[in-house]
Amino acid sequence: MNVILIAVVVLGLTGFVAALVLYVASRRFAVVEDPRLAQVSEVLPQANCGGCGYPGCSGFASACVKAADGGSLDGMLCPVGGAPVMERVASILGMQAADAVAKVAVVRCAGTCEVRDHGLTFDGERSCRVQQMTGMGETLCAYGCLGEGDCERACIFSAIKVNPTTGIAEVDEEKCTGCGACTKACPRLIIELRPKGPKGRRMAVTCSNRDKGILATKACKASCIGCGKCVKTCDKFEAITLANNLAYIDPEKCRLCRKCEEACPRGAIKAFNFPPRKPKTEETTNENNEQATI
Amino acid sequence: MKTFKIGGVHPAECKLSAGSPIRDAQLPKQAVFSMFQHIGAPAKPVVKKGDEVKVGTLLGEAGGFVSAPVYSSVSGKVAKVDVALDASGTRRMAVYVDVDGDEWESSIDRTNDLVTLADRPELDAAAIVEKVKWAGIVGLGGATFPCHVKLSPPPGQKADCVIINAVECEPYLTADHRLMLEHTDEILVGTQLIMKAVGVEKGFIGIENNKPDAIALMTEKAKNYAGIEIVPLKVKYPQGGEKQLIDAVIGRQVPAPPAIPINVGAVVQNVGTAFAIYEAVMKNKPLIDRIITVTGKGLDKPSNLRARLGTPFQQLVDECGGVPEDTGKIIGGGPMMGKALLSLEVPMTKGSSGLLLMTGDEALRGEARPCIRCAKCVKACPMGLEPFLLASLSHKQMWDEAEQNDIVSCIECGSCAFTCPSRRPLLDNIRVGKTTVMGIIRARNAK
Repeated sequence: MNVILIAVVVLGLTGFVAALVLYVASRRFAVVEDPRLAQVSEVLPQANCGGCGYPGCSGFASACVKAADGGSLDGMLCPVGGAPVMERVASILGMQAADAVAKVAVVRCAGTCEVRDHGLTFDGERSCRVQQMTGMGETLCAYGCLGEGDCERACIFSAIKVNPTTGIAEVDEEKCTGCGACTKACPRLIIELRPKGPKGRRMAVTCSNRDKGILATKACKASCIGCGKCVKTCDKFEAITLANNLAYIDPEKCRLCRKCEEACPRGAIKAFNFPPRKPKTEETTNENNEQATI
Repeated sequence: MKTFKIGGVHPAECKLSAGSPIRDAQLPKQAVFSMFQHIGAPAKPVVKKGDEVKVGTLLGEAGGFVSAPVYSSVSGKVAKVDVALDASGTRRMAVYVDVDGDEWESSIDRTNDLVTLADRPELDAAAIVEKVKWAGIVGLGGATFPCHVKLSPPPGQKADCVIINAVECEPYLTADHRLMLEHTDEILVGTQLIMKAVGVEKGFIGIENNKPDAIALMTEKAKNYAGIEIVPLKVKYPQGGEKQLIDAVIGRQVPAPPAIPINVGAVVQNVGTAFAIYEAVMKNKPLIDRIITVTGKGLDKPSNLRARLGTPFQQLVDECGGVPEDTGKIIGGGPMMGKALLSLEVPMTKGSSGLLLMTGDEALRGEARPCIRCAKCVKACPMGLEPFLLASLSHKQMWDEAEQNDIVSCIECGSCAFTCPSRRPLLDNIRVGKTTVMGIIRARNAK
């Protein structure tokens, strides 16, 4: 009996002392954390993709709280969650969500196997980075998609994939969050983040070839040769510029009239997500209406 | 027999063209002179379309201290100054010259008379270095590092010997071998010039013992030249690597980068460079031609050609019997360190030591299989690195760890990939890692 009593007392005392130590320690070394941090973190997608430019979702949450204390949430955007998530973040922090433009990755190359001759065989590590270092890859275009899928491996949302039939990377716009991981993975820097545009409609030059026209023509049938016809067509809005034998459409200035697409003799300008064209006769009126409404 | 201590492999030698004397290649119809024929700043074109040039006329001046001028190797008219595809696979600035006749600058001595150091007592170190710089001579073994930079050691560093690299450890290549047999005296005078330029009394010429005729001839003739010793070496790749050669010949180890051979008192030059230095200093001839081995198992006549720089590779192959039908891969340089060419339009440059046409079945590497941890690559690495580890670190983009494991010490000799029983593309990955880590280090130092 005595033994049991001693054991109970000793254990009880040990427990009491330990509890006391823990209590004092928790008081003394308590870390004060902003309760908003946990709340903001909760609404974030927890993909930790780094697309926002901060180290993971917790990093973005603390940046948001800091920005809210500074008075404005301008420039803060979770590309994965987009506007709905940012609105919830703003309501937690008692702020107005800033207008943020949703972006999507665009592969600036249309050099499919059909239009671009894969005359060479690269016999080595199947990686775009390795091929880029070794030279031109399997085609004669020194700028286009290498098709080994470094972007595919970089994308944690499975939104970009190399199509085995065309041999170039294609973006699944439903899945793409605009985090920009693929743009960094591509050794040829041909993937660009562009604003999604109204109803997902946008124009882009789908070529990155900066060679002179004659070389670009030899390399690929769908290459931009820097002829400048699109620039002339767009004299009203001045959205297209030509630099290093390559046209570029400024998404801020583009009014989606699609005239450049028609003007391009090489088919190097692509219109994304537009409805199929109506017969030629109605087209002009249609386009005028579209311009007027924008 | 001497050799280097760590690692190394022994690929099949395949010296098909060893018995074929050097012959002059025909003049091309159009020569293309890249402004990027050396490591360092590119040369700046000084001619324009329509200019008349002769053999030896300056086309591009050096773009800095670590750079080299480019001279015309043909006479004719400048067709254009434009980009041209080069052996690296990129399009870079070049001068195109339409060839018309073969008229040389009158200052060049075209006779074959041997001029020794005794004939030119007025030459001092500064004059030799200045002449080498003028001639645009670069390391002709393939690294193409401007030669005058190596001959002007940084302050506080003193060399005590010159080592001439006549190893030619790459399989197939025989250009240096033939050069030693046919221009023995010129090479020895060139070696003396290098010794004089860096102010040393001792010169070694390292030759692998698969070239017994060259060793015998050189040893015989070297008796007439004070201070030069011929060192026969055991056949092992990559003995022609600068650090491996220093280890093999004088038994000193160069520490990890940024240390360079001069830190252990050695200056290493290729045997082709020694010959070019002789021609520049004694014959007043800038670097306008070089010996190139055109070889391959399917080729009709594997040959050693003295070809003018700027000649398209296509023409050189045509002179050796044309491209065989079953050619799978064409390599600029030797099979171990050379680079596959995209097209035969590419012109030859100062660094073109060979042109190798591989037959279809030789050319393919085969499918890579998983690493079986046999550590053959570790045993083969002449730098004492762990290639399997570096390759996977690079594949996983773990740059910090790659740097800690000395990825920048890699000399890209390819022994690891050569020896791997699983045919893993080790060097492909290590190369990417090395380039990236070097970029990171440069960015950090620039801060």
